[in-house]
Amino acid sequence: MADKEKDILRGGQFIVKETNCEDVFTPEDFSEEQTMMKEAVMEFNDREIIPYKARFEAKDYALTEETMRKAGALGFLGVAVPEAYDGLGMGFVSTVLTCDYISSGTGSFSTAFGAHTGIGTLPITLYGTEEQKKKYVPQLATGEWFGAYCLTEPGAGSDANSGKTTATLSEDGKSYRINGQKMWISNAGFCRLMIVFARIENDKNITGFIVEYEGDNPNGITLGEEEHKLGIRASSTRQVFFNDTVVPADNMLAGRGEGFKIAMNALNVGRIKLAAACLDSQRRILTTAVNYANERKQFKTPIADFGAIKTKLAEMAANAYAGESATYRAAKNIEDRIEMRVAAGNTHQEAELKGVEEYAIECSILKVAVSEDVQHCADEGIQIFGGMGFSEETPMEAAWRDARIARIYEGTNEINRMLSVGMLVKKAMKGHVDLLGPAQAVQDELMGIPSFETPDYSELFSEEKEMIKKLKKTFLMVAGGAVQKYGQNLEEHQQLLIAAADILIEIYMAESAILRTEKNAKRFGEDKQSVQIAMAKLYLYHAVDIIEEKGKESIISFAEGDEQRMMLMGLKRFTKYTNYPDIVDLRVEIAEKVKAENKYCF
Amino acid sequence: MKILVCISNVPDTTSKINFTEGDTKFDTNGVQFVINPNDEFGLTRAMWFKEKQGATVHVANVGGTATEPTIRKALAIGADEAIRVNAEPIDGFYVAQQLAEVVKNGGYDLVIAGRESLDYNGGMVPGMIATLLDMNFVNTCTGLEVDGDTVTATREIDGGKEKISTSLPLVIGGQKGLVQESDLRIPNMRGIMMARKKALTVIEPIAVTAATTDVSFDKPAAKGAVKLIDADNIDELINLLHNEAKAI
Repeated sequence: MADKEKDILRGGQFIVKETNCEDVFTPEDFSEEQTMMKEAVMEFNDREIIPYKARFEAKDYALTEETMRKAGALGFLGVAVPEAYDGLGMGFVSTVLTCDYISSGTGSFSTAFGAHTGIGTLPITLYGTEEQKKKYVPQLATGEWFGAYCLTEPGAGSDANSGKTTATLSEDGKSYRINGQKMWISNAGFCRLMIVFARIENDKNITGFIVEYEGDNPNGITLGEEEHKLGIRASSTRQVFFNDTVVPADNMLAGRGEGFKIAMNALNVGRIKLAAACLDSQRRILTTAVNYANERKQFKTPIADFGAIKTKLAEMAANAYAGESATYRAAKNIEDRIEMRVAAGNTHQEAELKGVEEYAIECSILKVAVSEDVQHCADEGIQIFGGMGFSEETPMEAAWRDARIARIYEGTNEINRMLSVGMLVKKAMKGHVDLLGPAQAVQDELMGIPSFETPDYSELFSEEKEMIKKLKKTFLMVAGGAVQKYGQNLEEHQQLLIAAADILIEIYMAESAILRTEKNAKRFGEDKQSVQIAMAKLYLYHAVDIIEEKGKESIISFAEGDEQRMMLMGLKRFTKYTNYPDIVDLRVEIAEKVKAENKYCF
Repeated sequence: MKILVCISNVPDTTSKINFTEGDTKFDTNGVQFVINPNDEFGLTRAMWFKEKQGATVHVANVGGTATEPTIRKALAIGADEAIRVNAEPIDGFYVAQQLAEVVKNGGYDLVIAGRESLDYNGGMVPGMIATLLDMNFVNTCTGLEVDGDTVTATREIDGGKEKISTSLPLVIGGQKGLVQESDLRIPNMRGIMMARKKALTVIEPIAVTAATTDVSFDKPAAKGAVKLIDADNIDELINLLHNEAKAI
């Protein structure tokens, strides 16, 4: 057990430790069973969602509900639910892959699925009492009931703990009366159960409740009209009003004042799942785009043969590849952590909670990175389609609109950026991640004389791995300097936090792509992975650029004089290649493969 | 009723077909394999017999370990047990002899095979199994009802359908119509989990010889560029069809 613990990096530790490629899980490691699950989910998407795309876009909410029921009948809603509550009790990787491959048909279904299986069900499986779980989880796992999550209010969005909805205990102490207004509630139109957050008296923190909802017996609950949205048009999104809604006291989730914690932890899981839900969209968009680019001729040439289009195809592929690499790496870390805790005697509930909480930083990183990748991918998809891409007749238009929400829900990307760095600093203060030692070592290195030897970079990824180490030093230099300068007040410097987060994000994504490819090159052969190697190198090249830019703006913002000069010189040293990759060649190699296969084929 | 569904492991229709070793071997690199569609229609019909008439459904495949994911999919869809004859399928006759042995030893009442497989399109196996075992045989079967030992089968014939009455034991060469495409089942998650617990028995092949061996493969010539002829220029169209395409 101790050995196992040693092998699994703790959350956030990737920034100070090196990971062996053998220790990362990759999509190429899916078991036969997971592959079969993936294929089943893809078949469902192809048969039950894609053919009805037009109806989803025409706001057919009933179709979303019907499709959710079909997903329930096939067991897709119960993948993460323990077997004791009629779920399938599958591991975290299987949960993530279901979210991944079910999500590319339409954001409408993807949102309904995510809201139900994640934030609609998880608060009960993670925090419910045995009675609550027995009573509610089986119906949710099978899709007999659908769940909704009522946190956001008109005045409480990112500041979720500031909600004004109240819960008042009855005189006999047997029930609470809930009053208030919630908004942007996904699945509101067809849910049978709501997780509602409300404040009791003047508590500092909100409290979670399980609230049943029946249209015939509304118990003071009324729904607003369907919201008309830019994207995810058939996802039922309504306001929910509570007017003296009576909820048995036994339906309180966890304890009084525990709601904010529940809300945040449910969102942690939601974040990695949302990242997964943005992966297959990228694959599908790229496949659709390359199909078109191979067919569409201008100047008597398929547009896929033009460098301008090849650039796009290559960048889209590399980003999707990095997203997959990082998502499944983190998913397996979480799964291993859960198993480790179960083996150590924790209940599954405690283990899952702690397992996911441990990797909250990675979950935030993934949410930001992959949601922005899918947006970019859809945007380029439209561009490849040219004028046709702007038309509702082609799938790019809806994909672009649907992608937009992913940067907003489950915590905006701004909040998640700040959280990722904030959580890392907190972990350092608690001693869970030693940032100070490595940061000091970087300081010392900056004072020293750099080596002028030319290293031997002949082995695959030797320079790239060295670059990752240097990028980590950049983060430590920037974050360490910022903490020294601002201490507890760091959180007031949001621009700095966001720049530091960008550095952190790029490191995790680039490192994940490299580790996946290195692992696969070792077992399948470098020749078979040449395009993947190109994608990992291309991704890293951009990461280095972003990190240099963000590092520079950060250093200039908090350091002055000699210190600033020294740090900027360090930054230059840490972001310099010995042998710059020719990214034009890399892009051509990637694009040629995508063109020849006529799909995202990795 | 004990049913054996013969499952062929074939490349997905969207796979790129290539050959190696001087065009003598099929290149499986990067190819996605699936249950042969005609077999899947049969398997889905068999599931109906299982659910409505209490039939037992086994599946059998002749192939190496690489075919096991396809076999497990059949188990995930709901077959009770599976048998893999551990041999590379050389030709239809070889496969038919192996499957006939499985049928003989398993005492099956009904053998459902696809009327042809999507890869080599031989269309021989079900007929050969019936001949080898002296069982009744209905080919191109598009409908199947069983009542006791009495079977009513629908068969596709030129320009129409033929309804046949026959009896068990029976072999059919099935196809679409046994069920519709919309009836095909997506394996559910519980089925996928159960699949690994179901028996997949591997048996060694019997010593028989194939009747044919592959010598080499040729791919169809790549399509040439399309020539667009102005609608007013019929003479040119006739000229090209006559002299260049030699189609008229």
